[in-house]
Amino acid sequence: MEHLLDIKNLSVEFALRSGNVRAVRDVSLSLGKGERLGLVGESGAGKSVLGFSIINLISKPGFISGGEVIFQGDDISKYPYEKMRRIRGNRISMIFQDPMMTLNPVLTVGTQMKETLRAHMNISDKEATAICIDKLKKVYIPSPEKRLEQYPHEFSGGMRQRIVVAISLLTNPNLIIADEPTTALDVTIQAEIMDLLLELCETENMGLMLITHDLAVVSEVTQRIAVLYAGRVVEVGPTRRIIENPQHPYTQGLIKALPQSAHGNRLNQIPGMMPSLQDMPEGCPFCPRCEHRKDRCATQTPPLRPTEAGGFVACFMEGACNE
Amino acid sequence: MSKLLEVKNVDRHFDISGSIVDQLSFKGGKITREKTLVKAVNNVSLDIRKGETLSVVGESGCGKSTLARTVMGLYQPNAGEIHYDGTRIDTLTGRRRRPYRTRMQMVFQDPYASLNPRMTVKQILEEPVRFHNPNLNRKEVRDIILTTMDQVGVNTAWIDNFAHEFSGGQRQRISLARALVLDPEFVAADEPIAALDVSIQAQILNLMMDAQEQRGLTYLFISHDLSVVEHISTRVAVMYLGCLCELADVKELFGNPQHPYSRALLSAIPRLGGQAGGHIRLSGDVPTPINLPSGCVFHGRCPHADERCRTEVPELLTLESGTSVACHGIEEGRV
Repeated sequence: MEHLLDIKNLSVEFALRSGNVRAVRDVSLSLGKGERLGLVGESGAGKSVLGFSIINLISKPGFISGGEVIFQGDDISKYPYEKMRRIRGNRISMIFQDPMMTLNPVLTVGTQMKETLRAHMNISDKEATAICIDKLKKVYIPSPEKRLEQYPHEFSGGMRQRIVVAISLLTNPNLIIADEPTTALDVTIQAEIMDLLLELCETENMGLMLITHDLAVVSEVTQRIAVLYAGRVVEVGPTRRIIENPQHPYTQGLIKALPQSAHGNRLNQIPGMMPSLQDMPEGCPFCPRCEHRKDRCATQTPPLRPTEAGGFVACFMEGACNE
Repeated sequence: MSKLLEVKNVDRHFDISGSIVDQLSFKGGKITREKTLVKAVNNVSLDIRKGETLSVVGESGCGKSTLARTVMGLYQPNAGEIHYDGTRIDTLTGRRRRPYRTRMQMVFQDPYASLNPRMTVKQILEEPVRFHNPNLNRKEVRDIILTTMDQVGVNTAWIDNFAHEFSGGQRQRISLARALVLDPEFVAADEPIAALDVSIQAQILNLMMDAQEQRGLTYLFISHDLSVVEHISTRVAVMYLGCLCELADVKELFGNPQHPYSRALLSAIPRLGGQAGGHIRLSGDVPTPINLPSGCVFHGRCPHADERCRTEVPELLTLESGTSVACHGIEEGRV
């Protein structure tokens, strides 16, 4: 498959008074054309920072401290601000978590949509309106002509997120980065938005990077999953393989911690919590919580190595983690 | 099993009409005064049996939290009765209510907001014990606190630390300790794990299940996370727009949901390794609880709605399987 996006050894640091903190450490990932990749991890794992860093949305005191983001053959991480602006919201668009926060409450939906269009294209108001209506139809918003004149507060939560999706589609991007797009929504609406994203990716041949903490959602929508822990990719592979046969002890713990078994059984719990970024242990970051740890885990950081199942895992254990 | 708590035809409405000037409006040549009510809970009846976990599920705004708060006495019901262990408690006040406050405790959603940032763990846990047991001496109080902290897995060495020094999971353990420190029989937990990460969620859920086993607790568990509800509950109540749609055994509900809304809701749960797109699509959005639809509150989105659904409010009907469901279609056998 042709690569749409290649992230190579990307690191993101935040310069704090107490010293630099690395939120994303040496992450390498790739995304094929029209591929759907899930980025999974708990809060603080660095998944949002990684998503933001792709389009260089890291604000101070954060900065990209190393690595490359190659998008359609160009390293966009080194682009100057103005050049980057022409990529953001154009070839790569982003969907954020809370649709109430991402839409401007004092502008009509139409104004906001046309603003995006005219920032990237030299078109007339009439043409812009036509494109907006077309995209609103794509996300199944009834009577789009009327809806363009309305303000965000006149829409329900699910409808607002549909509008955000429509805005992200305006410029026919090659890649959509969706950062927890349904976390603020109810399950029935979540299911609708996920169906919509899936359908759009397939019909428009768009790449999707879905950032979420919800393994179940990711497993239904994506083709590949990357599991992040403490700023590192600890496991990446085809979705079905990861769900059915996880290799890394953290992924295994995460899947077993989900309530899905018979009623009333004790859930598997991972002891302890994710280390603070300022106080990262030497060696494997998961080592203090891992039940399979060996001496070398505490001193050496395991590199990502290919597994038999066609994925990659950052763990010294050779299949021994599977009981 | 005996009933511990009975909720009988409870209504809870909130007046959001503001000042008298806001209430006045000019209609048909006359000035009229109208109140705007949010009808958060409407005519809900259910009972909770001793030792069980009754979960209430529904989408945001369906009134599940309001129901829990009304049961706990944080809100007065506008109509209806709440009986606890045979006594009507919603009319009790002051001293006569107090014994029930020790027997019924609550855990809230956000452990960042429900613990006072200016109190140490010791102060947080001490306050209810001292208030309800003024005769205990300092050592006895301390013993109770230390035992409870131990049970919920909070290191007793941190007794003098402030809540902000703990992580989210630890804080929720402290909230749980605060609820358990009075040795209650009944705990209402309002989305206790919604603010936590998956691996931490599992820790808190295990803790709650252990506490239930050790102390014989009865839970009213409020959650929007249906896979958690499936795991922890004995029975489940489904609410929509302030009304109870269905009340059933957990296996019955998840295996064989009856009400059209329950079916749609359950089909939307994302399943690990499942396929997207298999869920029942509902048309439209949840109406506002200010102007409730006439008849069945779900009729506007229900694929089976007919004339009767639009005009007549369905009563709860108990089926052979033990499931209670409020739906005309099921009563008539056309759903």
